[in-house]
Order: sequence, then structure tokens, then C-alpha cells
Amino acid sequence: MALTWDVDARRRLEHAQRRFELCVRFASDARRLVLFGPSGAGKSQTLKIVAGLTRADAGHVRLGGETLADVAAGIDVPARERRLGYVFQDYALFPHLNVLQNVAFGLQRGWRNAPREVRHDEVQRWMHALELAPLSRHYPEQLSGGQRQRTALARALVARPRALLLDEPFAALDPELRARLRDELADLQAELDLPLVLITHDERDARRFGDEVIEIDAGRVTGGGALREDRDRS
Amino acid sequence: MEGAWIPLALTLKVAGWATLLNLVLGVGVGFVLARRRFPGRELLDALLTLPMVMPPTVLGYYLLVLIGRRGPLGAWLHAHFGVQLIFTWQGAVIAATIVAFPLVFKSARAAFEAVDPQLEQAARVLGLGEAAVFFRVTLPLAWRGILAGTLLAFARATGEFGATLMVAGSIPGKTQTLSVAVYEAVQAGQDDVANFLVAVTSVTCVAVLLAAGRLVPGRVAGAP
Repeated sequence: MALTWDVDARRRLEHAQRRFELCVRFASDARRLVLFGPSGAGKSQTLKIVAGLTRADAGHVRLGGETLADVAAGIDVPARERRLGYVFQDYALFPHLNVLQNVAFGLQRGWRNAPREVRHDEVQRWMHALELAPLSRHYPEQLSGGQRQRTALARALVARPRALLLDEPFAALDPELRARLRDELADLQAELDLPLVLITHDERDARRFGDEVIEIDAGRVTGGGALREDRDRS
Repeated sequence: MEGAWIPLALTLKVAGWATLLNLVLGVGVGFVLARRRFPGRELLDALLTLPMVMPPTVLGYYLLVLIGRRGPLGAWLHAHFGVQLIFTWQGAVIAATIVAFPLVFKSARAAFEAVDPQLEQAARVLGLGEAAVFFRVTLPLAWRGILAGTLLAFARATGEFGATLMVAGSIPGKTQTLSVAVYEAVQAGQDDVANFLVAVTSVTCVAVLLAAGRLVPGRVAGAP
């Protein structure tokens, strides 16, 4: 049986002020994998390489045995064909589309956006499951943080991804809401049994979702495995 | 006074075509300059902005050299298609297009740069190809800025004088646009004709500026 995640992401970034070298490797069979580390450690870069949004200089990305990218072999499946659900840190909802149109975005083919009243079974299902139905005509700027997060989640799930990538999904929320949505996401993941990679710098997220935790710092993997007891303080 | 409508119609035709051409060219160039990185990008931007700062007569002279009967492009067009651009309304369109071009591509570039690239990435992850990303995310979020620039370009093309006169001349009913007609009327001492033409031009320009002002992005596009 092939590993769920097999990632070797290497990339050199050069800015005027600083130089950053990313070299993150991990292989895991965990259904829920957490990339844990301080901000600026290279977690988001790694996730973007997995999603095909950033091209690696070297390395590979394999998911369930399927090669999505392999620099040496010249394989690079474009992001649009990787069928991965991605929830961005600030959710990246389309500001010109209402909640319904945002959720339906990935199902709508062609060069035009879905009409404001689009009807689609799969869309309706997720609008209800994530309690978005009453908000369908609202625009992103009219939503609270939690509603935005659920819209982004619904938008990713409607497209029937084979795995879910979440970049700091709780960072923009206040602490109380954070705990609740953490439970919601955990329940949803258990129900769908969808492989998930979650990025966080919050240990509570790591404990909740980390069947396996990969610690990343300064572009490298600095530790892994289950969270150790001595850091298990809150 | 009857004769005043002819230059107005011609002006609107020339400015309309120039604006349409600029919309396509300006959006294309603005997008490439905003989203692609290549050596000489800022130099290209500066070169394309030149029509905004150079005297229109100088531009007109460059155009004459290029598309005139003996110019490289003009000679080629004449030899292969029998097309002559000098002293035609199409020549006036080319002059107006070049003079107004910076207004469109500058505002298009700024509008595209203001679109969060992460939104385009989100669309790609959801399965969209590059053309669909452009038409469903990038363009809808940038169109207000582009439209504002396009209206300014229309106003600029309407008032074009120097380059048009150099390239298209002043043939009544054929290439004599409003601004050229005003000049001719004043030269000929026809003050009443000049007054009327000036009033028509002013009203057109004010209307366009008001429309442009309403479209400048101030709110999130698309929100009710």
C-alpha cells in the first residue's frame, strides 16, 4: 500500500533582503497530518508546492502513490488537475461573488461565473451541512470570520477533492470561535475520512489534528511524530 | 451650423474605434506587465508611456515616417494590400489610439496589480484553466479601474489634435475631426461655428469625465 503523503519539497527563494532555502521532506500514512512551526518557517510554501501553486526546484509530491510532481522526471500536474481542496489562510473568497457563487465556483465550467441563484445538488448539500444556506446571497465582506471559514471549506469540499490542505484555518478567528470550529472541522474530517494536511503555529491545533506532526523551522524539518508529553501544556 | 454635426460624427467614430482598440491592446499589455516578470519590464512600461509626455506633433511625425507612403510599414501595406493610411480616417484612428494608449494600459496595469494573486491561485486549485481564471476572477475584479482609464482614453482621443493633423490632415467630411474643425473655423474667422464646436467638445468631455469619476474603484466591485 502506497503512502498517503510523500513529499520532498526543495526551493530556493531569494529576495533583496534575505535568502531562504526550503528543504522539507516527509512521508506519512497519517489521515491527519499537521505541519507545525513558527510563521516564516516555510509551511505555506510547502503546502503551495503540494497543491501545485508553486513549482519546486527539486523533489517530488506523491499522494496515495500517484505522482503529482517529480522535478527529475519532468512531471508537474497543473494545480487545476490535482483535485486538492485548499483553504487559504485568509480564505481567499472571491469578493465579487456571493456565498452561493463562491461555493459553486469549482463546479461551474467555462469562462463565466455561476448565476447568483445557481442550483446544484452538491452545492445545496454543503450549504446546508455548513449552515451557510441563510447566507447564500451575502457577499464575503458581509460575513464574520467563522462564516468566511465555513464558506471557504464548503467551496473546497464541493469540488470533491481527494485531500484537504488547510493553511492556518483558525488563525483569523477569535479564541472562543477557534475552539468550536476546531471541533467542527475534526468531526467533518472524521465523517468524510478525507486525508488532511493542516498548517499551524498553534499547539492546540496540532494536538487536535496531529495524528502525526511534522515540525518545520527555517525551511527544514526539525522534528516529527506525535507531540511529546513535555510540550503538552496549555 | 449644419456642417458642425459632420466633424462631431467623425470624431465619435475615430474616438470610438481608438477606444475599442485601446481596450483590447491596453488590457492585454497591462495584464502582461502586471503579472509577468521579464527583463526590461519597466523599460517597456516607460516606452509605452511616452505618448503621454511627448508632443503629439512629434508622435505624428514618427507615424508619418512609419506609415507614410515611403515609410517601412506604409510601403509594405501599400504593396501587399493597396492600403494607404495617410489622410484617411483610419489614419486618424491610429494617431488617436497611440496618443490615448498609455491611459488605458497604465490604469489596466494598476487595476490588475491590485487584484490579490491568491484569489487567482484559489481559482486554479478549484480546477480552472488560465483563461477561465482571467475572465472569472481577474477581469471582474479589475474592470472598474480599466473602464475608468478607458473613458479617459475616449476623452483624450476625442480631443486629439496634433498627431491627427500630421497623419490625417484636415479634409472636411473625411478626416476633419472636431478639434481640427475648431482650428480651421477660427483661422477662417467663422466665430459662430467655432463657438458651437467648442461647446459640443466641452460637453462631451465633461460627460465622459463625470462617468469616469463614478467608476473609479472606491468600493469592492460587485458588492451590492
